[in-house]
Formats: sequence, C-alpha cells, structure tokens
Amino acid sequence: MSILDNLQNLDRRIIFLFIGLAVIVPLIFNLTFPEHPTPIVTAIFDFVESLPEGSVVLMPFDYDPSTAPELDPMATALMRHCLTRNLKVCTMALWPEGQGMANNIFTNVVEPEFPEKVYGIDYVNLGYKAGAQGLINTILLNMRSMYTADTRGTPVDDLPLMKKVITLRDFDLIMNFSAGKPGSKEWIQFAGDPGDIPIASGSTAVQAPLLYPYYPSQMVGMMGGLKGAAEYEAALIEAYPQFKEQTSIATQLMAPQAVAHFVIIIFVIIGNIIYFTERKKKRL
Amino acid sequence: MNLSPLELTLNGILTLMILSFLYKDNPFYKFAEHLFVGVSAAYWMVQGVWQTLMPNLIARITPGLVSSFMPEAADRAPEYHFIIPALFGLLLLTRLLPKGNWLSRWALAFVVGYAAGTNFVRYLQSDFVAQIQSTMLPLLVLRDSGGIDIGQSFSHIVLIVGVFSGLVYFFFSKEHKGVTGSISRVGIWILMITFGASFGYTVMARISLLLGRMQVLMRWIEQIFGIF
Repeated sequence: MSILDNLQNLDRRIIFLFIGLAVIVPLIFNLTFPEHPTPIVTAIFDFVESLPEGSVVLMPFDYDPSTAPELDPMATALMRHCLTRNLKVCTMALWPEGQGMANNIFTNVVEPEFPEKVYGIDYVNLGYKAGAQGLINTILLNMRSMYTADTRGTPVDDLPLMKKVITLRDFDLIMNFSAGKPGSKEWIQFAGDPGDIPIASGSTAVQAPLLYPYYPSQMVGMMGGLKGAAEYEAALIEAYPQFKEQTSIATQLMAPQAVAHFVIIIFVIIGNIIYFTERKKKRL
Repeated sequence: MNLSPLELTLNGILTLMILSFLYKDNPFYKFAEHLFVGVSAAYWMVQGVWQTLMPNLIARITPGLVSSFMPEAADRAPEYHFIIPALFGLLLLTRLLPKGNWLSRWALAFVVGYAAGTNFVRYLQSDFVAQIQSTMLPLLVLRDSGGIDIGQSFSHIVLIVGVFSGLVYFFFSKEHKGVTGSISRVGIWILMITFGASFGYTVMARISLLLGRMQVLMRWIEQIFGIF
C-alpha cells in the first residue's frame, strides 16, 4: 500500500491526536504571540474611552458555559475597562445560563480587582428573563415592566444605579456577549436600530461572519471569537499597562489556536493533494 | 473560574468522559451526555419559574401570595389583566390532552402572529432597508487632505461588486449565459470565499472550545498531581 493510500484511509482518530497535541504542547510551554487590535475591535475600545464617567453600560450575557472559553475573556476585558473608567455596568441575560456567567465575572473579576466598587451603585445583575426579542421590544419602552427586581431580590427602584434607567434608551452603550439566538442580531434589530442605541458585539467565531454586515452603520464594533478577545486585551494593556500583570486569557490561548490552525491547514493541503492525484489517476 | 478541588475533579472527569467519544461511543460518554441533558433541563425549568413565571405572572396577579419572598411585590396592586396571558399559557398545555388539544392552537396562533408581526417589521428595517443603505457607497473615497484613499476605495468596490454579483447568481429568471453568466460566476467565487471565511471562523470557534477544556484538564492535573 502506497503512502497516498495510507493517507486516504487515515483513521480520523490520528487527526484528533495531532490536533490534541497541537493544542496541549503550546499550552504546556506557555507560548504566546503578540496581538494587535484591528479597527473593528479598536472601535469598541475607543467608544468606551469616549464615554463620560458615570455613563451606564448594559451588558447582556447571552451565552452559556459551552461557549465560555471564547466569550468570558471578552466579558472580563470589557468589565475591567468599564470599571477602570468609572462607568456603571448593568448585566442581564436572554439565556438562562447567562445570569450565572455574569455572576462568575462579578465573583472572579469585579469583587477581587475592584473592591471599592459597590453593588447597586457601580454594578448590578438584573438576571435572566424569558422572551428573547419580545423582551427587548418591551424593555425598549419600559425596563420595569419586565425587571422588577435584581438577582438578589432587591427591588429595581431601590438600586441607585437604576434610578435614571427607565428604558433601554437610557443606556449609553449595549455591549452584548452573544453565542447565538437570541443575541447580537436581535439586540441590533429590536434595540439598536429602533432605539438609536449604540450596540457593540462580542460574539462567538461561528456567528461573527453573520454580524459583519452590521458594521459600522448599525454596530459600533465587534469582537469575533477568541481572536477578537485577544485584540481587545492588547488594546486594554496598551492603554492601561496595570492589566499586564493580570491574566490575559485570550492572548495566552491564541498561540495554541495558531498552532492548531497550522496543523489543520497541513491536513487540508494533504487532502487536496490526495484528491487531485486520485482525479489524475482516474483520467489516465 | 475559581473551583474547589472536588468541583475541578468532577469537571475534569466529565470532560474526559465526553472526550472519550473521539475514540468511540461508550457508556461513560452516554452517562455524561444524559447528565448534561438532565441538569440543563432542570436548570432551565428552575430559571423559568423563578425569573419569569413568579415575578412576571404570579407576583402580578396575586402579589400578597409571594410578597414574603419577593419584597418588590409587597406594595403592588393586583393586575388582573395578566390572567389573559396565564390562560393562553394554560391553553398551550392542552396539547397534552387526548381530547381538546386543538385549544392549544389558539395560544400558538397568538405566539406565531406576534412573532411574525414584530419580526417582519424589524427584519425589513434592519436587514433590508438598512443593509441597502449600507451598500450605497462611493466607489472612490477621497481623503480630507486630498487625493484618493486607495484602501477604502478598494474595500467599497469589493463590497459593491460582491453584493451585485451575489444577487445576480440568485437571479433565476434569466439563464446564466453571456454577461449574466460571467457575473454569476463572480458571484459563485464571492459565495465560496464567504463560505471559506465562515468555515475558518467555525474552526477557530471549535479549537477555542477544545482549548477551554484542555485548560480545565491542565488545572485539574496541576491541582491534584502538582504537574505543570
């Protein structure tokens, strides 16, 4: 049997093994590559920078643990940026698990790194509500018709942060972290466009190509997948070097990502060589 | 995420159980899969009851009933018109009845009507009108300082040619021959490049998820065995 035949009948588990090694080896050796923010990511960073102190940012956490490796680094970087700039952050979720994802960021990032920030004054978690785009449609006109209390059971009217927030239009930016439907597309359709509210998206790589058409006219900017998160981390560290000491998760994960992509490209090239060689054989 | 050693061990073992499917289907994989489905269903149900049904329905119809654990409902007057959506919700459950399950169609008709109506308007505005507006771009972009911005102009030309040729490819009222055929061939190329970009992004997404799992496994090994 020739090498070509061997490759054609290659057990898919061998490919899994190569991908596994491509991911594990750079992780063990802590390999990192420098990241440079692209305009679509810089646009979000610059917009957050341009917001005056005290502005209120809504962060809908529309994802679950299955996509956390991509979206948690974005949410972490954005949360650090907003709180460093003394912006107020309000989180909510169109996905049931999103409430827990937001809580994780508060527990692991906000509470240890920003102990001076007070819950209810500087940040709030409104939690999950069912209804998807119907919910967005309703809170565009009146937040309190759906949100009467936060996740801790505190009435919304008793939260100082929420005093001036009556409708979605009272938010200065909606920074959505989205893993699918309902997500960024629905926020653009049902809040951004009709309410003329600036929307930015941190999305999984899978849905990033679907969101590109909304940039720049209907969306401030977008972070697509882990690469987008790494670029935002790079922009944040450049402007606020104090975060260099903190973990830059996405930047660390981009090296194994690049090595895995390289391995996949090699397999794609091998696959094409086999295809064209076989086609040539059949023609002869 | 900060996890205790027990949580990390559970996380690591379940990850290995799921990854074992890469070798072949096995009982460990099936157990982890069923556990995930069960836990997810329960979590969704609990969230639905406590985050939506209680505050947005029960607390509005009978605030006194829930005021002991929902203080925000204490001072509120009953809003009896919420009985209508409650009835519609109950009608949906009639699907489970052997007789009278046709009643669920009324509630379903309301849901479909509402969704179709709101989605139609929003899609028309955001995905049709706004997208056409976004494609109306100048082919030559001039710099403020004078001269042509070549990069931006090239982007605009690619965008306009891509949209036009893509639309021609999906125009089936005329046979794709001659000029139409040539333009539609450009459209196919544009579509192929788009699919390639989507595939590339999908690969990146899947590798990212694998990286997340590998990180968990490494942290587990590090904490339990002190390696890495």
